[in-house]
Amino acid sequence: MKLTHLILLAALATSVYAAPQSFDFKDPKGVNNAVFNLDAPLESVNGSANGITGTVSFDPENPEATTGKIVVAAESLTVPNPMQKEHLHGPNWLDVAKYPEITFEAKSLANVKTDANATTADVTGTFSLHGVSKDITVPIKLTYLKDKLSARVPNLKGDLLVIRASFMINREDFNIQKGQYEDKVSPTINLSLSIAGASVAQ
Amino acid sequence: MNRILKLLALLLVLAGVTTWLVTGASRGWTKTSVEVKTLDPVTGIEGITYRPKFIAGVDFLGAALGGAALLLGASFFFRKPTNNQTTKQTTT
Repeated sequence: MKLTHLILLAALATSVYAAPQSFDFKDPKGVNNAVFNLDAPLESVNGSANGITGTVSFDPENPEATTGKIVVAAESLTVPNPMQKEHLHGPNWLDVAKYPEITFEAKSLANVKTDANATTADVTGTFSLHGVSKDITVPIKLTYLKDKLSARVPNLKGDLLVIRASFMINREDFNIQKGQYEDKVSPTINLSLSIAGASVAQ
Repeated sequence: MNRILKLLALLLVLAGVTTWLVTGASRGWTKTSVEVKTLDPVTGIEGITYRPKFIAGVDFLGAALGGAALLLGASFFFRKPTNNQTTKQTTT
């Protein structure tokens, strides 16, 4: 009887003190990406960025406590037209030399729903772009892939966390050519993030 | 000179239109790279990379047609004198 109690106590202690895992989003495979789309009446701008880093603290037993920061290197934003890319990176638009990072720092999660290994939630955090920081709420999907790291990176054991998010921002909120060129460059920017982070087993 | 400029204008139109058609008759801007999507089987993420490829857009087509129009316009400055003008010149 005492042994059973001890085992139960140990199991309880383990679950209570299970530390959240830290997932590193610097992807060795290079598939992590952020896609952006601006659909203006005269012109559509589509591109992506793959210079993504950051860490997210995630506990599969307590996804509500998820926090972390994702960083996109502004220099990695790419569009297929070289002149558009030059303008996009230039001082009149994103000014990547002055503002080299686009970041999102997650502070809290709400409306958390977990089904098997997938969790959906509304994450509130600070989005920083072009030197302006603004609190926004974004719907996200977190998929926890236990012991799947070795399937992706041989010789490494651990877990994967896939984050997907699609949301919209207004460029005028971030002082990017406020009220200018709206017929050619949409004032709203559609963003879609698909990233995977790894937590290496100790 | 007049004929050379007209010929160059024609060649420019043909080259511009042919290049635009051959590279896909894109109605967007000219591209020097194209997206290549690869699916990561473990995470299900569609990775995006860019492969260098030239796709002529409407700006390329417009530049070719504009250049041809300029050449054609310039050719009028090198017109041969008409018969009337030649007659006048010889009688004076």
